[in-house]
Amino acid sequence: MPTLISLIKKESLHIVRDKRTMLITLLMPLVLLLLFGFAISTEVNDVRIVAVVDRHTDTTREILEKFSANDYFTFQGLVSADDVETLLRTGKTDVALLLRNQNGPLEYQIVVDASNTTSAKAMTGYIEAVLNSGRAAAAPAVLTHTLYNPQMKSAYNFVPGIMGMIFILICAIMTSVSIVREKETGTMDLLLVSPIKPRTIILGKLVPYFLLSCIILAVMLLIAYTVLGLPFSTGVVNVVFISLLYIVLSLSIGLLVSTIVNTQLTALIVSAVAFMLPVIMLSGMIFPIDNMPVVLQWVSCIIPARWYIEAMRKLMIQQLDIEFVFQEIAILLSMTTVLLTLSVKKFSSAQ
Amino acid sequence: MINPRILKALLRKEVALMRRNPIIPKIVLLMPVMVMLVIPLVANLDVKSVNVAVVDNDRSQLSCRVISDMEHSDILTIMSVSGSHNEAMQYVENGTADVLLTIPVNYEKQVSDGDAAIDIEANGVNAIKGMLGARYVSQSVMETLVSWQRENGILIRYPESSVINRYNPTLNFRNYMIPALMVVLLIIICGFLPALNLVSEKESGTIEAMNVTPVSRLTFVLSKLIPFWIIALLVVTVGMIVGRLVYGLAPVGSIGAIYLATILFGLVMSGLGVLIANRSSTMLQSIFVMFAFIMIFQLMSGLFTPIRSMPQWAQYFTYAIPPRYFIEIIRSVYLKGTTIIELWQQYAALAGFATAILLLAALTYKKQS
Amino acid sequence: MNESNDIAISVRNLTKMFGAFIAVDHISFDVKRGEIFGFLGANGAGKTTAMRMLCGLSYPTSGDGFVAGCDINTQAEGIKRRIGYMSQKFSLYGDLTVMENLRLFATVYGMSDKKISEVSTDLFKNLEMENMRDTLVKDIPVGWRQKLAFATATIHSPEIVFLDEPTGGVDPITRRRFWELIYKASSDGMTVFVTTHYLDEAEYCNRVSIMVDGRISALDTPQTLKKKYNATTMDEVFRIVAKDAKRGD
Repeated sequence: MPTLISLIKKESLHIVRDKRTMLITLLMPLVLLLLFGFAISTEVNDVRIVAVVDRHTDTTREILEKFSANDYFTFQGLVSADDVETLLRTGKTDVALLLRNQNGPLEYQIVVDASNTTSAKAMTGYIEAVLNSGRAAAAPAVLTHTLYNPQMKSAYNFVPGIMGMIFILICAIMTSVSIVREKETGTMDLLLVSPIKPRTIILGKLVPYFLLSCIILAVMLLIAYTVLGLPFSTGVVNVVFISLLYIVLSLSIGLLVSTIVNTQLTALIVSAVAFMLPVIMLSGMIFPIDNMPVVLQWVSCIIPARWYIEAMRKLMIQQLDIEFVFQEIAILLSMTTVLLTLSVKKFSSAQ
Repeated sequence: MINPRILKALLRKEVALMRRNPIIPKIVLLMPVMVMLVIPLVANLDVKSVNVAVVDNDRSQLSCRVISDMEHSDILTIMSVSGSHNEAMQYVENGTADVLLTIPVNYEKQVSDGDAAIDIEANGVNAIKGMLGARYVSQSVMETLVSWQRENGILIRYPESSVINRYNPTLNFRNYMIPALMVVLLIIICGFLPALNLVSEKESGTIEAMNVTPVSRLTFVLSKLIPFWIIALLVVTVGMIVGRLVYGLAPVGSIGAIYLATILFGLVMSGLGVLIANRSSTMLQSIFVMFAFIMIFQLMSGLFTPIRSMPQWAQYFTYAIPPRYFIEIIRSVYLKGTTIIELWQQYAALAGFATAILLLAALTYKKQS
Repeated sequence: MNESNDIAISVRNLTKMFGAFIAVDHISFDVKRGEIFGFLGANGAGKTTAMRMLCGLSYPTSGDGFVAGCDINTQAEGIKRRIGYMSQKFSLYGDLTVMENLRLFATVYGMSDKKISEVSTDLFKNLEMENMRDTLVKDIPVGWRQKLAFATATIHSPEIVFLDEPTGGVDPITRRRFWELIYKASSDGMTVFVTTHYLDEAEYCNRVSIMVDGRISALDTPQTLKKKYNATTMDEVFRIVAKDAKRGD
């Protein structure tokens, strides 16, 4: 026991002394949560629009009036049909509305910069809504609500994703690099030839990073429930429990990497390429899993973050009870058992 | 300040070291290919399938028509039609339904009277899917309503409207992502590798051998940056080839415009890498600092979400983020065929950042402690 | 300050502090041109720190000094043009070949390609390394690496060469060969400034200084020192001088 405590002390000092890394590990989750919560949005709320009118009539004036008055649009004025292409190409406007009445009845033509397809769809949707707004047909006929996430604030949705990424980053990368550095400098050999049990060495390495992760978890939950206004309930106990499980899982990944590679550079690259990218891309954090090709959907099943994020979404956003996430817990638990056993075995046999 | 012979010798050394490194050539060649092959399949914010749970309290001709029209759409799938809201909610709670549509009692009659409301509830757990799903459902309902009203003589004719989707007529989200992916690759490769390269010279002690020679700081820093121009050009070239061969997307504008922007941006990123390495003592530190930069760059540069959707303060902040300009350039040139002259402001901004970062990198590089 | 032609290095009250820790404490000495000057001391006595200041790698906290006619406080880059340096930590590029390393450093010191190929041909012959020209440095044996590092540090015929523990971790025979190289360089007129903790090597130096806890505690020829402390070997001298040392092992 005293050996373990002194090892933990040594490693903790090491973490705390590197102030810059420490600061980043604590600040980055915070900054990410706040950026996602308050800066980043896919909502289109300001459409720049120009209009081309063949011949002014009361109807065309009335239509342009509607766009000027609408908060979602910035009406940039009338232009000639020849300028539309240049304005769109140089990105000076988003949409051109062509009101054609040269030969016969009025026709609308909406020319939209569709390079961003999601925005383009939203923009044409808005314009059609404005154009149709005078019509008797179906205006009040459809009421849309959002369940669970009433303001469509993506922050809610991203809290689980950011947590899934941060713990991999801190636990897997930091532990693997710190162990491999000791291998590089040779201090690991010193420990291994000493009478200290490998188990103790491993714990001495993992416990400080576990504690660091707990601090980060606390900070992130605090921000999520206060600043981001995630509804608070007793379900937080389940959130903490599954997060701790996921932290242990990430630590075992870091340990496993450290037993396989020999240089810090490789450890970093393996962690970044083999963990960070899949976590960001395939875990459903940003891009929905059911939109992926089937093969990649299978691949995503072996990514722990996928299950963690799914569980967190159910618990934090949908506020479901723990029995809805039994499957995820079971998968995370078995992954942890396998990885931990494997890495401890490999580490102990390495000496 | 810069001795061309010495610079050449240093460059030869960098290239030889990179070629002989067991990992770096693989990363430079394989990573672009992998990323360009896999991520466009994944990075898809389009919603192609929406599962709908319907609560039909009306059970009229119109309500049946609403449901069957939805079933005939490519995107919407009806998961269940039930008579109770609670039953339908279960589909939402266990994640099988994305949108819940409630048709009220006496709906058909209300529509005939011109006073009807149909209820759409979107599952907001996945914000984008909920938002788009609700829109698809409401569009489908609207279309049904319009044709139903027209058939029953309730609706009058109105002006025809047509939509022209410029620059991406098929509305393929991939076309929007592919140029952006090259930016992601450049940010990662040209940001991390120079930082790792310099810090590893620090850790192995070879940098000491250089610091005790009369080599000038600018020459040395340039020798660390120039190889990454070549790598940046290589990455972009591989990206363009894969984009053309696999996704059939070739730049509309000039390749020269893309290369010029790549050189400037490569300098910005690798300069930042050197700058961070100058101030870091361990690899972990340089990686974490770089990682913080890269996260903010990717999120705030308009790469994944439009800058103009951000609040005003965040929009001002993006002017300080170099990739913002590079993304504007590469997307405009790739999809719209915009020219260098039309984009001179973006090029000027990148050139400004490149010069400033190069000078900072040279100044913060200390030969003496 | 003595700047006459036969003085290569001259320092007065040179001091380096790291925070409150005084690594080098007001040292003063002169090294004559062409001399082999030994810089002795236990690990942590401040040898490397002092040497790094002389080479322009580290700013002195206070004190003055001239190396090869250049002021160590203001003309660090001038010093670097006139000296060679071989660090304690092996610092050639392991993934470059022997010749690539030589050519790189020679070019950085401003030698022409023609001069480089002339010098290197002689050099490989003298070092008996002709067959290793195109071998990666990480693949050649440690003893050869040390010789190569010395050759690289002196390829541009500097006025002074600084050697920081050049023979660390090498067997006695290789050490002996290494000292032959040093003698050769010295006889060509090069000033050699060498730190070591092998005390037998001190005997090979023209003059030695012994550093204890950041200060120079003794400085003279090995013979004079032995006589003064009534000792038969430098080892004994060192033990007597360093017996009150607080730092180091």
